[in-house]
Amino acid sequence: MAASAVPHKRVHPVRSFLVGDEPMTTGLWGIIFFIFSEIMFFAGLIAAMLALHSDTLLWEPTNGGHRVEGDHLLPILFTVLLVSTSIPMQLAAFAIRKGNRKAMLINMAIVLVVGTAFIINQYFEWEHADFGISDGPYAATFYTLTGFHGAHVIGGLVFIFAQWLRGLLGHFDAKRNTAIEAATLYWHFVGFVWLLVIFPLVFFLS
Amino acid sequence: MATLAGAQTTPYAGANVWRTVLEWLTTVDHKKIGIMYLWAAGAFGLVGMAFSLVMRTELAQAGTIISAETYNSIFTMHGSVMIFLFLLPVGAAFMNYSMPLQIGALDMAFPRINALSFWIFLFGGALLAMSFAVEGGTASAGWTAYPPVTLDTGNNAEPPGAGMDMWLVGVILLGQASIFGSVNFLVTIFKMRAPGMTMWRLPLFTWTTLVTGLLILLSTPVLAAALVLGFIDRNGAEGAFFDPANGGQPLLWQNLFWFYSHPAVYIMILPAMGIVSDVFGVFTRRPIFGYRSMVLALVGIGLLGFIVWAHHMFTTGGVFLPFFMGATFLIAVPTGVKMFNWIATMWRGSNVFPTAMLFSVGFLMLFLIGGITGVFHAAVPVDFALHDTYFVVGHFHYTMSIAATFGFLAGCYYWFPKMFGKFMNEGLGKLHFWLLFIGVNLVFFTQLLLGLDGMPRRINDYVANPGWELMNMLITIGAFVSAAGMMVFLYNVFYSLKWGERAGSDPWEGTTLEWATTSPPPAHNFDSLPEIRSERPLFDLRFGERLQDDPHYHVNNGHNGHGSGGGGASQPSESAREEG
Repeated sequence: MAASAVPHKRVHPVRSFLVGDEPMTTGLWGIIFFIFSEIMFFAGLIAAMLALHSDTLLWEPTNGGHRVEGDHLLPILFTVLLVSTSIPMQLAAFAIRKGNRKAMLINMAIVLVVGTAFIINQYFEWEHADFGISDGPYAATFYTLTGFHGAHVIGGLVFIFAQWLRGLLGHFDAKRNTAIEAATLYWHFVGFVWLLVIFPLVFFLS
Repeated sequence: MATLAGAQTTPYAGANVWRTVLEWLTTVDHKKIGIMYLWAAGAFGLVGMAFSLVMRTELAQAGTIISAETYNSIFTMHGSVMIFLFLLPVGAAFMNYSMPLQIGALDMAFPRINALSFWIFLFGGALLAMSFAVEGGTASAGWTAYPPVTLDTGNNAEPPGAGMDMWLVGVILLGQASIFGSVNFLVTIFKMRAPGMTMWRLPLFTWTTLVTGLLILLSTPVLAAALVLGFIDRNGAEGAFFDPANGGQPLLWQNLFWFYSHPAVYIMILPAMGIVSDVFGVFTRRPIFGYRSMVLALVGIGLLGFIVWAHHMFTTGGVFLPFFMGATFLIAVPTGVKMFNWIATMWRGSNVFPTAMLFSVGFLMLFLIGGITGVFHAAVPVDFALHDTYFVVGHFHYTMSIAATFGFLAGCYYWFPKMFGKFMNEGLGKLHFWLLFIGVNLVFFTQLLLGLDGMPRRINDYVANPGWELMNMLITIGAFVSAAGMMVFLYNVFYSLKWGERAGSDPWEGTTLEWATTSPPPAHNFDSLPEIRSERPLFDLRFGERLQDDPHYHVNNGHNGHGSGGGGASQPSESAREEG
């Protein structure tokens, strides 16, 4: 008992990086479990994509259209942009852990701008695609996966924007920042899932 | 105590009926939400039962009374309502009501999300119900909704209409309600336990809530994925996912669907198992035998539940048979451990048999038959012979439907005094038990025999082969006997709410924390908590001092993993709270 009278804080590097050294709040536990459920949702969709690709006779769009290929730059560019916004988002979390609200707001603004640009580019990708959603498994998968991912990006952006406004109003400090940590974890998830969506869809499956 | 309990049913002085309604509509109290789940799910359950009576009336004799289309719609809605709107939410009802009380928590971790779950569930249910009113009627592809039956392929005589879309969206909503609920349960268990309530001291019902929560969290989103693919397939993609004519694969749906729907069987049965475990722990007057092995068996069932989904698809030719056969056989092991422990708990216990205990013993008998017929199916050759016969119908009703219902009814009789401060009538309860027990066995055992005789499921008419008409008539009689039993239960609920005998805070001499507060509990659940030094804190409170001098007690309850009492666990070094 004598040993445990002094609180002993275990520091785990990954945990420390992702959610800080404070005890995790209920809100943070909640968002982590929720992200697990989201991962399973995309696991279902991605499994469907792989199954369709492995067994279908014709993967190409059935109307003679062209798959979105990795040989033009925009998909690659925006993939890099979206995934790299995990860095400013994490920096925002780091900043608020030290109580630096201004740095947090600047970093979150970067995320908001780049994330919005990503969504706009997705809109143009849909515009340029020369196949419809009913043109075979590839086409249906393309619109479904990018669509659901886009919806999650928009959801994440709305979440971050709401916290950004709260930050402007003077919310959050070094102790009370669950929403920022939660938004950060969610944004990492959105970026990570995009890699799992885009690489098979555009580069690997042909 | 009685006056106190009475006073608390009136929220505040001068309350009128609209205030009460408004209070229930806006409540975030886990107890009220739990009770609302119970009422809503109970009502849906009665509707589902009414559907089954329509089917049984149709099947009582060869020849048709209702059309095949109507029959398809009725059996589809029977399955959907019973699974998504009765069994799953009844489990959620008890988890909502009892779990926070059992761990000594104030409320759920996210009370408002809890309320949101309930209202999403109700809206999803309403969407399914409203599909009766649309052109083309309800979904009629069975609760499994296999494509291409769900699609307009140009080959089906009557392509499914808007009812099918409402079914898909409704079930997505119900799944979303489940997911929010499971996040809530998990965080509550991990973060909101009272001081001293370590993981190895959680009551078994709370353990089942934990495992069920994980199952919901990891499997329901996959169903959601299947459902959105199904919805897109019908509205835009023209079968590109599931219709071979446009490059899709029907088996893809089956894989995704069963990846959820097999764990869903455990999502339905595990809470019932938890209730039964708690009931045995009280009415045998013994600690549950092998507490830790119970927990490990529970976790084992949960893990194995994720790798056996394709045993629903043995006859498709699209799955690797040996693996799924072996994995399915394996599930008999943890299930057998649980069965053994329940029986061992009763062995030489000072058993008493109020209605809750009767239903628990009934649960064991029904689950035994269901479990053993499940092992039959796990064997591929047997499954090939019995696939899509009434044997399957009998098997799954024995396990996830009727055994689970018996567990939940045990929970009703067990927790009714806690919820409403009054006992349910025991005489009516016993009548209910015997009518239901005889009725369901008449229905489902006869269905097993009928299935062995080769009668296929999901048909509205049949050839009058020798014996088939007799067996079908017996099943129909059994269905109406069961329904009579449920009417007795319904009467009992209202009778007991009005005239039931007052129950004190601890009417059963319970062992878990929910019995440490008043009946019904105050909004904040507990005025004070007893010390928690074992998984039976109230037993310790009652007998702890007397047992401290008993050398036997300490010998039996050391650190060697029995976990069956307070003695060994009462050392202070072990009572340090686990930090989440």
